[in-house]
Amino acid sequence: MAEAPFSPRPDRSSGLVRAGLLVASALGAGLLLQLLLGSNGIDAADFAAALPLLLRGLGLTVFISVVSVLLGSLLGAGLLAGLLQPWGSLKTGIWAFCIAFRGTPAIAQLYLIYYGAGEIHGLLRDAHLWWFFREPLNCVIFTFTLNSAAYQTRIIHGALVNLPREQTDAAQSLGLSRSVTLVRILLPQALLTALRPLGNEVAKVAKASSVASLVTVLDLLGTAKYLVGQSLDFGFYILAAMLYVLLVGGIRLAVDAIERRLTRHLPPVG
Amino acid sequence: MLQVLQFGAGGWGGELAAGLVVTLALAASALPLGLASGLALAFATHSRRAWLRESSAAFAGAFRGIPELLTLFLVYIGGQRLINLALPLLGLGGRFEFSGFLAGTVTLGLVFGAYASEVFLGVLRTLDGSSLEAARALGLGRWPVLRFIVLPELFRLGLPGLSNQWLSTVKQSALVSVVACDELLRRSYLAATSTGDHILFYGVACLAYIAITTASEAALAAWHRRLSRGRSRG
Repeated sequence: MAEAPFSPRPDRSSGLVRAGLLVASALGAGLLLQLLLGSNGIDAADFAAALPLLLRGLGLTVFISVVSVLLGSLLGAGLLAGLLQPWGSLKTGIWAFCIAFRGTPAIAQLYLIYYGAGEIHGLLRDAHLWWFFREPLNCVIFTFTLNSAAYQTRIIHGALVNLPREQTDAAQSLGLSRSVTLVRILLPQALLTALRPLGNEVAKVAKASSVASLVTVLDLLGTAKYLVGQSLDFGFYILAAMLYVLLVGGIRLAVDAIERRLTRHLPPVG
Repeated sequence: MLQVLQFGAGGWGGELAAGLVVTLALAASALPLGLASGLALAFATHSRRAWLRESSAAFAGAFRGIPELLTLFLVYIGGQRLINLALPLLGLGGRFEFSGFLAGTVTLGLVFGAYASEVFLGVLRTLDGSSLEAARALGLGRWPVLRFIVLPELFRLGLPGLSNQWLSTVKQSALVSVVACDELLRRSYLAATSTGDHILFYGVACLAYIAITTASEAALAAWHRRLSRGRSRG
């Protein structure tokens, strides 16, 4: 499916108001649920002890998503370069990779890589790769790098092929070479269109990487799970949910700000 | 080696096929809940009343921000507690217990609704124009306008977005394996742990997911082309 063209620019004034509303509603909803559900509530001492752990978990979640999306964009750039070559079998292979990683659940990908690496650990040891796959965290980052590369390739490729044909014609009539046309003319425009989907990609990986908690990684959800297991107090899940909402909201606001900055020169849309 | 995939005794083929059916049932039963909550949230967010607008936007935003796996825990554990708190207040006795399947349906439905509301809202905002004016000029009342103009347009123009969300729902249904619902991934997990053939079973599960997603993508695209026949693009 084609990606949407330029999305309408958000209202300039509303960023801070929205941020405030976001924080307030997350806190309000969290406290309300806490009162209703927390069997006896989390007392101040528990909270003070748990907060650093949860924040460390949040840090790990941010680390996993940033590293995976960055490595994914490097791999995605390679895949995109492959897609622009005239070799049919290479293209087919890259599309098959994209279909495989976009068509399956991230949790199944992680299980395949994590438990699969355990199954063939003899082979991996002989190939001197076992030190890498032995660590659950590495398996998580490996999985989401491949996963994100598949999505990012599709996003950028979609933005690129949807650019007006005249852009290429104009560049060629100026005598620019194919690679200069791609790097200096087409990609900057495509990346601008792709900015919002790419921002959503970071937010998506931040959320989806919570399956890391299923393979013993203490990311934000893993930490909350551990705390609930220790204290039997459900409230830690609610705290984690609030932190995730703030994280995803923060990513959204950052993307809005970057988009405003980068589209200053364009007339307002809509 | 492929013997373990046989149907019947000694093979896991039947188990996996049954899991595939549960996966499809999970995603399909979340769909009506998701469409209904998505429509309700979109109309609420489109309302003239500020409190309704802000609270429904915050509700949908929260479910778009919380990881689906955590939403599942919140529904499975928290939802059960909420309902058990409410039962005595309603004068009902007994204890309510969520099955993994039901908790999965509710979770997938809520998440679908939160994203679908964004899709519907986008269409609603483009719709506030000539077609509605034309309908009012014809003297159509509030309900006929909704039934014959707004809803069909919502589905036609929203279909690409809803299709994407359906594909996400199919994939998210794998998370429900965590709360002991015997869908495809959980049965693959059980088969993989009891035979040790992890790569084989997760590979087969992944192929099944690819088959579902590519088949539904093709079917939905064909449906969208059919709905858009005789109309200009856009």
